[in-house]
Amino acid sequence: MTPGKRGYKRDVIIEVTTNLMFPLTLLFGLYVMFGTGGTGGGFQGGTILASAYILYITVFGHEKGRVKMPESVNALFKSLGLFLYNGAGWICVLFSLATAQWLNMPAFWPVTDYVGVAGSRSFLVGYMISVGIGLTVMAAFVSQYFDLAWKEDDEMEGGEE
Amino acid sequence: MMEWVTVHVLEKYNFWIAMLIIIIGLTATIVKENLVKKLIGLSIFQTAFFLWVVSLGDVGRNILITWGLKTQTPPILWSEAAEKGYIYANPLPHVLMLTGIVVSAATTAVALAIVIRIYQNYGTIEEDEIIQKELEFERAG
Amino acid sequence: MDLVEHFPVLIVGLSMFLAYTMLLAGYLNRRLPFFMSLAMNSFFLILSLFILNHVLATGPIRYWQGGWRPPWGIEYVVDAMNAYLLVIVISMVILGLIYSRGNVRHEIEERKHVTFYVLVQLMAAGMYGITVTGDLFNMFIWLEIASLTAYALIAVAGGRALRSAYNYVIMGSIGACLYIFGVCWIYSVTGTLNFADMRLLLPLVYDNRAVQMGFAMIVVGVMIKAYIFPLHLWQPDVYTYAPSTISSMMASVHVKVMFYMLLRMFYSVFTLDFIRHYIGLDLLICWVAAIAILAGSIWAIKQRNLKRMLAYSSVSQMGYILLGLGLSPLSPWGLVGVAAHILNHAIGKGCLFMCAGAISQQEGLRDIRDFEGLGKKMPHVCAAFTIAALSMIGIPLTAGFASKLFLIVASLDAAQYPFVAVLLLSGLLNLVYFWRVIDQMYFVKHKGTENAAEVRETGKSLPLSMVAPILILASLCIIMGIIWLTNIPMPLINHILSNLRMGVTL
Repeated sequence: MTPGKRGYKRDVIIEVTTNLMFPLTLLFGLYVMFGTGGTGGGFQGGTILASAYILYITVFGHEKGRVKMPESVNALFKSLGLFLYNGAGWICVLFSLATAQWLNMPAFWPVTDYVGVAGSRSFLVGYMISVGIGLTVMAAFVSQYFDLAWKEDDEMEGGEE
Repeated sequence: MMEWVTVHVLEKYNFWIAMLIIIIGLTATIVKENLVKKLIGLSIFQTAFFLWVVSLGDVGRNILITWGLKTQTPPILWSEAAEKGYIYANPLPHVLMLTGIVVSAATTAVALAIVIRIYQNYGTIEEDEIIQKELEFERAG
Repeated sequence: MDLVEHFPVLIVGLSMFLAYTMLLAGYLNRRLPFFMSLAMNSFFLILSLFILNHVLATGPIRYWQGGWRPPWGIEYVVDAMNAYLLVIVISMVILGLIYSRGNVRHEIEERKHVTFYVLVQLMAAGMYGITVTGDLFNMFIWLEIASLTAYALIAVAGGRALRSAYNYVIMGSIGACLYIFGVCWIYSVTGTLNFADMRLLLPLVYDNRAVQMGFAMIVVGVMIKAYIFPLHLWQPDVYTYAPSTISSMMASVHVKVMFYMLLRMFYSVFTLDFIRHYIGLDLLICWVAAIAILAGSIWAIKQRNLKRMLAYSSVSQMGYILLGLGLSPLSPWGLVGVAAHILNHAIGKGCLFMCAGAISQQEGLRDIRDFEGLGKKMPHVCAAFTIAALSMIGIPLTAGFASKLFLIVASLDAAQYPFVAVLLLSGLLNLVYFWRVIDQMYFVKHKGTENAAEVRETGKSLPLSMVAPILILASLCIIMGIIWLTNIPMPLINHILSNLRMGVTL
């Protein structure tokens, strides 16, 4: 019984649990993405972020899921993620043509001091790339799930990654 | 005889197991007629392949005799291990297969989207029934 | 470092960046993505001409990604073969985009147009990436980007294209997975993934069975992707039912970059010594190619659907290119034939598929038996079809004649005479199935009581954006046919031969 069909009765326990788990899963996904001392990375964190949205869509249905993640915001996340990880490469190319010391340069030290392990100055490019990948993966999986769960007669051919 | 078995079978157990699962996955892809089961077979094939490649990073076996170690540490820089002289696994296969897993997930996603559209179009996801419907449609004009 | 040395990475990186910018721009204005794509691809064409110029003047471009030295870093290598193929790929993408402007409105629903152009740009980015990369795993990644977008683009048409796309997904994924399987076998022996480094390390381990297994897997995987007989079974359905733009783009350039991967494996990773001494495969490849040529042509004769006939004809043409590859250990003219046929098949088959799409769009005809009197209703398209068909047959002064000539010279030079007979016979078979179509278009009397004047005024017409690429490609068939017979391409050919270490100049 999916939320779209007639005769669907709402279940309090599932809805409350989903409402509680949704922000916690998002936080856990962010932790996996770039938590301190954790192994993880962009793709893994992005998948966990997407799984939070997928749980929400499964329990609450397609329309309420669309309220949480409208189509334009989805496209924005996809493109934002790509601009982040592609842009990290472009910034490296622009600042020192053909070599990249991971932006470990005096111009960027004020930023890198706030990000990453205290004392090390070279993590900015790594974080940019990993966050970018995570956002793109999340947006791609969520849009994919929307397309798979939509039961109208003509359907958008998704599958962009 | 025992030496032959040890060298060719027991020491290369990762190759044998991975190839077995690869063949199971490929058989499922070829033999099954349900479109989703074919996709599951493809997924098994790719997962076993990732397993095999990651197991290629196992460098500890060669140093069983020299340093008395049975295996190697994960590819993390660990100061105590560096002091004792432990060796760490090759991280390159791990990293390459992370990318491969992403590619496999994307392929599964695209194929599932196509399967959903086939279901909406034909009403079934068994390949013989789909071919039947196509033949009837062609005969009808 | 010159500015030109950055252009390969610029082309590939900007393509990916552009694809997602087009996705956002589609929300502003639905017609913006097409113009952005056309403008940027034209810019890439200019960059690629600069790259070709630089490579012919100075030598191969070696770009180290992020400044990390190979073999620890990823390297992009552009030598003469790459630069030549890059120009061809970008040109055909531009022509395909111009053609799609009129075609997409007819075949695909309105709300999918933005996604269509984004996916086409991503497929183009994947193809550019395969062309410029110099790292084995990086090539797998670009291969998968080009393939996944192709799977989705074929399925956009709906109907029977869905099952064809599903078959292509399964077979294509197995092919790509076999490719990376083979790469991991040779990685397990040598420990490196760079082309040049692998070329230095492999001769030490040629007799290791893992290396031979890796070679076999790579070749089979790429054969599935490049629909070389007998692993071509997914291809006819896909080319028949896909949207016409995609059929044309895939037949002209998508398969060429897959074949280029095979070329790189043969020349730059496993050198020709491996093939000559350790495997003894060169004649086997030639015979497989000969069977592909004949089988493809014979199957094409049986077909009644125009696009299906062109699809089987493509299988036969890939046999030509494989024959050139197989003859090249014995004679350098084989590689000249490969390079020539890559260009000639791209322009010829691209034009033919575009004509098929135009005929299906304006008149709604797909079966050859319905083409009566088409020569009067669609004069420009039918004339272009005839010229491109003559190029495929191999009439002198067209492009196809040049590549056939090079392949015949290669067979004579290598003293393998059966292949001369195969090539001449296949020219005859091509004539049979193309003449059927030309006959129906021009020479069969239109059955009906309408006179010629009424027939011409059916009132339906094609937009200029569809007719222009068809006419450009048809005229290129003749122009390139004349150019190949002169001395103009010889510097390029000599550079290609020396960059791929064939050692001889022609």
